[in-house]
Amino acid sequence: MMSRLLKYFVLSLGLVATSAFADNVRIGFVTTLTTPAGAIGRDMVDAANIALDHIGHKMGGKAVEFIVEDDGFKPEIGKQKTDKLVKQDDVHFVTGFIWSHVLLASRKSALDGGKFLISANAGPSPLAGKLCHKNFFSSSWQNDQNPMATGEVLNKKGVKKLYIMSPNYAAGKNMVAGVERTFKGEIVGKDMTKWGKDMQLDFSAELAKAKASGADAIFVFYPGPAGPAFIKQYDQAGLRGKIPLYTVFTVDALSLARLQKAKLGGVLGSWNTMFWAPDLDNATNKRFVADFKAKTGRYPTHYAAQSYDAIMLIKSGVDAVNGDTSNQDGIRAGMLKADFPSVRGKYRYGSNHFPIQNFYLRTVKKDANGDWFVSHVSTVLSDHQDTYHGQCKL
Amino acid sequence: MDWTLLTVQLLNGLQFGILLFLLASGLTLIFGIMDFVNLAHGSLYMVGAFFCATLTQWLDSFWLGLLLALPATAVVGVLVELIVVRHLYERDHLDHVLATFGLILVFDTLTQMIWGPDGQVIPLPAWLDGQVSLGDAIEVPTYRVAIILTGLAVAFGLFILVTRTRLGMQIRAGASNRKMVSALGVNIGLLFSIVFVIGAVLAGLAGMMIGPITEASIGMGNQIIIVAFVVIVIGGIGSIKGAFIAAILVGLIDIMGRSYLDVLFKMFMSAQNAETSAPAVSAMLIYILMAVILAVRPSGLFGPRGR
Repeated sequence: MMSRLLKYFVLSLGLVATSAFADNVRIGFVTTLTTPAGAIGRDMVDAANIALDHIGHKMGGKAVEFIVEDDGFKPEIGKQKTDKLVKQDDVHFVTGFIWSHVLLASRKSALDGGKFLISANAGPSPLAGKLCHKNFFSSSWQNDQNPMATGEVLNKKGVKKLYIMSPNYAAGKNMVAGVERTFKGEIVGKDMTKWGKDMQLDFSAELAKAKASGADAIFVFYPGPAGPAFIKQYDQAGLRGKIPLYTVFTVDALSLARLQKAKLGGVLGSWNTMFWAPDLDNATNKRFVADFKAKTGRYPTHYAAQSYDAIMLIKSGVDAVNGDTSNQDGIRAGMLKADFPSVRGKYRYGSNHFPIQNFYLRTVKKDANGDWFVSHVSTVLSDHQDTYHGQCKL
Repeated sequence: MDWTLLTVQLLNGLQFGILLFLLASGLTLIFGIMDFVNLAHGSLYMVGAFFCATLTQWLDSFWLGLLLALPATAVVGVLVELIVVRHLYERDHLDHVLATFGLILVFDTLTQMIWGPDGQVIPLPAWLDGQVSLGDAIEVPTYRVAIILTGLAVAFGLFILVTRTRLGMQIRAGASNRKMVSALGVNIGLLFSIVFVIGAVLAGLAGMMIGPITEASIGMGNQIIIVAFVVIVIGGIGSIKGAFIAAILVGLIDIMGRSYLDVLFKMFMSAQNAETSAPAVSAMLIYILMAVILAVRPSGLFGPRGR
C-alpha cells in the first residue's frame, strides 16, 4: 500500500516537473568553461546570451530556457553532460561544442535521444559524410574547408615547400587533410603534437625541425591556449621574416589580446583565412560586434560569431512551427532554409546540413583605438561546399 | 644526418631537462625526506608563473617580476605547509594524495576566480627575446639558453647546499633515516618546513621560467608534475643528483622522440601511420624508460641506501 502511494507520489511529481517547463524552448549548450581553453567557452556563452537578448529570450512566441554545461575539454565528460541535458533537462536542442572529439563522443547521446544537435564550432569529417544525420546541423563549417582556403592562398603567394604543424586529434587531422587537398607544392615536414587538457605547449623540437626543413612557409592549426604560445615561440625561434606563418583558427580575438599584452607585434600583418571577420560588412554583424564589445570589452572571436548564429538558426526553426517543439519535421525544414540574419551574411545548407559559404582572407590590423583585430581582406573561396557531402545519404 | 639540427635538439632536450629538474628537485626532497606525496607541487609551479606574469605586467620588468614572485611563492608555500601539509605528516600516503589532490582543485579554481580563464603572458625584455648564434650554423632562442644557465646555477647552488652545509647534512640524513635524525635532537618539524618551502620556491621558479614560453595557464602544472614524478622515481627518491641526471635524461628522450621517431617509423610503415603513431609512442618513451629502470634498479638510479 505504502509503496503504491509512494509510486503515485513520485509519478505525480514527475508530471508536475515536466509540466512546469513543458511550454518553453529548452537549449542545452556544451562548451569548455574550465582549463586554459575556458576562455573560448566564455566567448561562446557571452555571444549566445547576446543573441538571446536580441530576440528577447523568445522563440516562436515561447520563452527560451538556456542551460550551459562544461565539458572540461574531455570527450567523456562532454558525453556525460549531453546525456544529462537529453535525459534530465529534456532539452529540444543541444548545441555548443568547440572540440571535434567531444562532439563525436556526444553525437549519439543527442541524436539517439531524438534531439537536434547543432555544432557551433567543431566540424569533424564523419559528421559531414557517413555519419550525417537529419537532426544534425552546423552553424560553423566543416573542418577541412578553412584550411582548403588557406591552401589556395599559399598557391597564390607562390609557396612551394610547406611545413605543417597541428594537434593530433580529429580536427587536427581534418585541418591537415584540408590544406593538403588544395596546396599544390611539396609538404617537406609534418608534426602532429599531443592535444587535450594536457596538450603540448612547448614546440622547441618541432620549430627546430621546421627551420632545418628548408620550407618557405609554415602552416599551423593551434586553437585556444596553444595559439599565442606557438606564435611567441615562432618569434623567439627567429623564424619571423624567414619562414612566413599561415594559420587557421589560431590567430583570433583571444590570442590577439594576449599577444598585444606581450607586445608581440610580429603577428601584425600576418595572414589567415576564415568564413567571417569582425569587420565583415553587414548589418547583423555590425550590431553583434558592437554589442559584444560593449558587453564584454573584447572583440568577438569566430567561436562567438558561430554561437550567435547557432541561437539564431534555432530560432528560425522554432519560428517556422510557431513554437510547436514537437513538430521536428517543421523545425528541420525551417532551419534548412538558413533564412535568418547571419553575422556572415547569406548562406545556404548542403544536403549534409553543413553551410555552403564564402571563405575570406584576413590580416591582423590595429583599429582606431590601437587594439589588434583580424580584418577582412578579400574572398578566397565563394559558395564553398565541403568535400564529404557526397558520402552523406540524406 | 643533419648535425646542426641534432645539436639544436640536444640543447632543446637539455633545456626541457633543466626545467624538469627545477620541479623534480623540490619534489624529491619533499618525498624523500618528509615521505610526503605532494601532488600539489604542480600548483606551486602554476602559482609562480601567475605571480611572475602579474608582477611583470605591473612593473613592466621581467627581472623585478621574477625577483618579487620568488618570495611571493615562498609565502604561499609557507601557508600551504602551515594550513594543510603540516597536519598530514603522520598520515599515510593515501591521505597525502587525497589532500593534495584537493589542493590542486582549490588552486585551479582560485586561479580561475582571480585571473579568469585566460592565460597570462609574461613579456620578455628585448635582449632575451632574440636568438643567439653558437658557431656558424646553429641559432637558438636566447631565452632557452638563459633557462639552461639559470637551471645549472640553481643545480650548483643546491649541490652546495646539500653537500657542504649543516642544513644539507640534515637533509641528507633525513632522506636516509628520518627517525634517527629526530632522535639525535634535530628539530624535524622546522627541517620539514624549510624543505617544503625550498621545494615550493623551486617549483615556482620553474613555472616562472616556462611562463614566457607557454604563458601562465590554469592547470599548467598538472601534466608536468606527472613527468616530474617519473623523474624522481628514475633518479631515486630523495636524491638531488639522481633528480638532475634523470631530468636531463627524460628531457633528452622526450625531445629526441618528438624529433626523430616519425622519421624512424617511416622506414617500416606508411607515412600516414607513422605521423599519427609517432607522437603517441614518443609520449610513452619516458614511461618505458621508467619501467626498465625500475625493473633493473627498483630504488632508482641513485636511491638512498639504508631505508
